[in-house]
Amino acid sequence: MGRIVLEQVAKRFGDVEVIPPLDLTIEDGEFTVFVGPSGCGKSTLLRLIAGLEDVTAGSIQIDGAEATGVPPAKRGLAMVFQSYALYPHMTVRKNIAFPLRMAKLDRQEQDRRVEQAAAVLNLTDYLDRRPGQLSGGQRQRVAIGRAIVREPAAFLFDEPLSNLDAALRVGMRLEISELHKRLETTMIYVTHDQVEAMTMADKIVVLRAGHIEQVGSPLELYREPRNLFVAGFIGSPKMNFIEGTEAAKHKAHTIGIRPEHIAVSESKGSWSGVVGVSEHLGSDTFFHIHDTGLAETITVRADGEVGFRHGDKIHMSPRTDVIHKFNESGLRIP
Amino acid sequence: MARAVTQQRKAVNTLVAWAIGVLIFFPILWTILTSFKTEAQAIADPPLFLFFDWTLENYSVVQERSDYMRFLWNSVIIAGCSTLLGIVIAVPAAWSMAFVPSKRTKDILLWMLSTKMLPAVGVLYPIYLLFIQFKLLDTRIGLVLVLMLINLPIIVWMLYTYFKEIPGEILEAARMDGATLRDEILYVLTPMALPGIASTVLLNVILAWNEAFWTLNLTAAKAGPLTAFIASYSSPEGLFYAKLSAASTMAIAPILILGWFSQKQLVRGLTFGAVK
Repeated sequence: MGRIVLEQVAKRFGDVEVIPPLDLTIEDGEFTVFVGPSGCGKSTLLRLIAGLEDVTAGSIQIDGAEATGVPPAKRGLAMVFQSYALYPHMTVRKNIAFPLRMAKLDRQEQDRRVEQAAAVLNLTDYLDRRPGQLSGGQRQRVAIGRAIVREPAAFLFDEPLSNLDAALRVGMRLEISELHKRLETTMIYVTHDQVEAMTMADKIVVLRAGHIEQVGSPLELYREPRNLFVAGFIGSPKMNFIEGTEAAKHKAHTIGIRPEHIAVSESKGSWSGVVGVSEHLGSDTFFHIHDTGLAETITVRADGEVGFRHGDKIHMSPRTDVIHKFNESGLRIP
Repeated sequence: MARAVTQQRKAVNTLVAWAIGVLIFFPILWTILTSFKTEAQAIADPPLFLFFDWTLENYSVVQERSDYMRFLWNSVIIAGCSTLLGIVIAVPAAWSMAFVPSKRTKDILLWMLSTKMLPAVGVLYPIYLLFIQFKLLDTRIGLVLVLMLINLPIIVWMLYTYFKEIPGEILEAARMDGATLRDEILYVLTPMALPGIASTVLLNVILAWNEAFWTLNLTAAKAGPLTAFIASYSSPEGLFYAKLSAASTMAIAPILILGWFSQKQLVRGLTFGAVK
């Protein structure tokens, strides 16, 4: 069980309000991702839930029980840190067993659970090594192992993949997702990477300056961003924003169109411009188009086979059914 | 870092390093050599380097004239206890400064260090009066207290530097893993800080061992450590260089040996954190 409810939770550091009062409910078994640019308060929010920081106001309930003011060890949560935070003087076995030792479980039960976790995480061969002798990915697995042996009510991940190289990150992302499917335990995952958020989450919480900008499933956020910030933050490459007369045609202050929703052609299309930089990914190509008279740059995602050169004239046709409309204050117009 | 160093350059560096090393060690070497000379040879002109009649006479005279073991024991007690007491007081202080710093932490550290810049003689009078008042003159307890207080800023400062190197996330991880404050200190912090604590202990034993100002001013016969033992041989009736050298050699030998065996630890400790 791991239902976590935040009620009017706020955090101040001195005079700085890092998190203004907010409400949030995380359902049992849900994979929730806190995402936002650096300094948006997502890590602080996680640390408040963990109990590593005290709330300035409001209350946190875990499984219906009041957890505000309860020390981290007593909250029944496990955390995986960005730096892995392994104990460098202990072997992998002792690292994973540490929470069990603290809980004063008997030795046999400790060994059984450590072996089990090691098997799940492919660490069996490394149990007698020290963290210093492991690769980044292995260290991260040890950190996860140390979290799962406790059988916590919920897992908290604080940017766990940001110290790994790109290839490993994709692999670990899948492993964590699979772990979630298997354990069906609540997971709260903090990242600044919207791709991680989109691919892993059941529910995404987009944060900016401590405020919750939007809560929803990845596709809800993609399809119906509540405001300009969420629209720009979710989706890669970033949504194009156009103001002025083009927006006025749609009775909006700003319109947004995603790069994948614009078709390109050599001869016909309602918009035109000059091709700047092209980024070839093989499967897709991103064209950055200038001199459109709409915005400084319009980014288009085209098929990898489409060939335009730097300086070529290009025509664009946006899909009108997926144009996002926003008013003066940046809020979505339905 | 990959700078090409030519063989010639390397040879010059080695030579310079040795020259500096010998220069620094020379007074000690000379003291040791002199301790094996007769008094006449000790003041011979031109000085004798290695070719003289080696004798152990000075050592036996020194041994007869004063109770070396008592001074040695006093030194061991004073250096050891003042360091241990200092560590016991400094560890919690350094911990709180490193892991729960306040706005004033840096100021406090600097202020503590600034007390080291005060000339010791400036506080001799008040401390002397206090010692009389509390009947601490010529007691080991008195010296342990004074030397502990004198070295405390260095101990706190060193431990603070080591503790700073321990990532806070590891302590937080321990807290999440269910460790109480006691568990956290016992199983996570102390083992990780052990090299740092060890070199702090070593350096402070050496500092306390060599301390002469307070030990000479606050002791007479009973509690005098080896510094007092050496001083007793520089008498105004005429200098006995050979005997003074023998006494000095006997006084510095234990700490020299300790330093020799722990130099790796010392260097590591003093440069800790400089290179990741």
